[in-house]
Amino acid sequence: MSDFTSGLWAWFIGIATLLSFIAILWLLIWMSRGKPPPPAEQVQTMGHVWDGDLQEYNNPLPRWWLYMFYITVAYGAVYLVLYPGLAMFGGVLGWTEHSQYDAEVQAANDRYRPIYDRFRQVPLAELVNDPEAVKIGERLFSTYCTTCHGSDARGVRGFPNLRDNDWLYGGTAEDIEHTILNGRQGAMPGWEPILGYEGLFQVSEYVQGLSGRAVDSRVAAKGRDIYRQNCAVCHGDEGQGNQQVGAPNLADNIWLHGGSQKRIQETIAGGRNSRMPPHGEFLGEARVHLLAAYVFGLRVDKDIDY
Amino acid sequence: MAENLGHYNHKVVRQFAVMTIVWGIVGMAVGVLIAAQLAWPALNFDVPWLTYGRLRPLHTNAVIFAFGGSALFATSYFVVQRTCHARLCNDAVAAFTFWGWQLVILAAAITLPLGLTQGKEYAELEWPIDLLITAVWLAYTYVFFGTIAQRRIRHIYVANWFYGAFIITVALLHVVNSAAVPVGMFKSYSLYAGVQDAMVQWWYGHNAVGFFLTAGFLGMMYYFVPKQAERPIYSYRLSVVHFWALIFVYIWAGPHHLHYTALPDWAQSLGMVMSLILLAPSWGGMINGIMTLSGAWEKLRTDPVLRFLIVSLSFYGMSTFEGPMMSIKTVNALSHYTDWTIGHVHSGALGWVALVSIGTMYYLLPRLYGREIHSKPLIEAHFWIATLGIVLYITSMWVAGIMQGLMWRAVNPDGTLIYSFVESVQAMHPFYVIRLAGGVLFFTGMLIMAYNLWKTCVGAQPAAGPIPAPAGAL
Repeated sequence: MSDFTSGLWAWFIGIATLLSFIAILWLLIWMSRGKPPPPAEQVQTMGHVWDGDLQEYNNPLPRWWLYMFYITVAYGAVYLVLYPGLAMFGGVLGWTEHSQYDAEVQAANDRYRPIYDRFRQVPLAELVNDPEAVKIGERLFSTYCTTCHGSDARGVRGFPNLRDNDWLYGGTAEDIEHTILNGRQGAMPGWEPILGYEGLFQVSEYVQGLSGRAVDSRVAAKGRDIYRQNCAVCHGDEGQGNQQVGAPNLADNIWLHGGSQKRIQETIAGGRNSRMPPHGEFLGEARVHLLAAYVFGLRVDKDIDY
Repeated sequence: MAENLGHYNHKVVRQFAVMTIVWGIVGMAVGVLIAAQLAWPALNFDVPWLTYGRLRPLHTNAVIFAFGGSALFATSYFVVQRTCHARLCNDAVAAFTFWGWQLVILAAAITLPLGLTQGKEYAELEWPIDLLITAVWLAYTYVFFGTIAQRRIRHIYVANWFYGAFIITVALLHVVNSAAVPVGMFKSYSLYAGVQDAMVQWWYGHNAVGFFLTAGFLGMMYYFVPKQAERPIYSYRLSVVHFWALIFVYIWAGPHHLHYTALPDWAQSLGMVMSLILLAPSWGGMINGIMTLSGAWEKLRTDPVLRFLIVSLSFYGMSTFEGPMMSIKTVNALSHYTDWTIGHVHSGALGWVALVSIGTMYYLLPRLYGREIHSKPLIEAHFWIATLGIVLYITSMWVAGIMQGLMWRAVNPDGTLIYSFVESVQAMHPFYVIRLAGGVLFFTGMLIMAYNLWKTCVGAQPAAGPIPAPAGAL
């Protein structure tokens, strides 16, 4: 609402609100004046007749209904004194949505911090073997990570599988913690304007051949030259990838953005932008520490030395 | 007969009444399909235009604006003529509102499954259709108030106050909320940005409920309940108080859809306060309708049409109690984004709007064709099937919604969530199935009604409606 810069608007709406309360009360008082007729007396109709037989009695307002109406208006008036509701007056309690949120976060932190602090100084390699720590890490994972990486952590096209020993940015426990804390930004440019359709096709044949697929060797040979000139700088001479820049290994038949010929060509033609958001500020280092332990523990082959 | 006052225009009433039944069946059929999709997602068959996201707005538009809208057009045209003792002021413009409104519905039925949408709930239709709606609505305003101007009884009957407020306010809501900058035939951007857009949207959204689905249908109630009960309205005084209080307070209540969002604190609190104050004005209509029956309660035993009307008022009272309660911020913190909201909407939509419309159509269509109803037992059957359907629907959604809310906020001793989101989705399955059963029952009732009214009216000549001289006039 930042374009409502004048404080006049607050007074405008606040005074309109007060007038509304007065108008409602006036309507109620005006229409409930006079004593209700004695119960025995026959209530008269208003004397109008529409469409042959439509008429109206004029019974007094039911008292219970009238009092209920007054009570809700009184409740509203008290609420507007206590809480913000008149735009120009914040309420005597000084409550705001932000202050309530901050207080709840503070209370939660006070309550839960000791639990997380116990694990904070424990090295990841040890933490992996602590069932309580892994359990908490698993719960954090199912809240914050499953949307992209799946409940089973096996990922989905565009979002890495975390159980396959293939790591874009390194698979040591510390690498994983770094990734979660700071996020990652993977960018591959689109090559279609430079390579043309022919070049795209050739290099895609070569790339598919890297993981041992059957390809047309003559086409792949042409693709190899293109690969050497344009792709090897990130993906390596043998397609082994480069964890420094998050360039995937192309020789392991694991395909982040899909491994069909069509998908591979689509990736080369249009490039890819992948983003894992940073979680350090959001979750705090203590929680990320536990998450890293859990994710590190997911790897299939525990003996691989990264 | 002292003088010949001519005849009522029953043709446009008949047209809208028949389309009320047709669109009711269509809209509820789509509702049944998407309810089934929530239980078994494979039922979208991977066809884009059968997916839930596209059919859900089709369902809401069809039941609110096609079914409810046709019912409101039909009854307001009928009631305004009868209570003014005057023919509609312009037959050609009235005919334009019928064909124009059907065109709007047709356009909605094509564009929504294609995925063309403004993305505003209950205001999804793109700008060319919005312009047509505006034209039809201005024509409607002219016909309605032009007829009021030609009335032969000085006093304007209470039903017409509610119809009039509904027509004027919906014009205002529609024009303001749909204001957009077109960038192509089928694409536009809202005139408002950010939280202001949200506030305008829910000012519109809540008052679509308040004026389209409440004030308009209260107008219907104020004519057909006393007519069917053959009793005078309980209290003129009460109708004055609750009319002015209802239309005045409703317009403030929209922000309760935006609790705990970027909307400024004061707007949220004010929306909540006004929603609570709305309880009594809402109940005024229920009291006036139900108490109209005092002295004639035994009619409920023998008259299933009256039972539809009176039970609709009970559901109206229940959902207008539930609404203010859900607008309280602490309650809303649990209920918001859960299926409790869906249950609440349907206790109003099925229990109030649909039941009062159904009762009214059982009254109206036989009279328009000068026939007795084909089968009263079938009306009885419809009543019980529909009521059972509503009860299954809203109880399953209450349980499901509160369960969702509790699952989402449940935490382990370490402060982590006990349930991931998908676990709460999984837990919904049985309730989605029960809700589907409720919807199927309600839909079955509509088919029974269509059959009954078809047998009643088929082959009949439309009844002429000579305008009687007003009682006590001259």
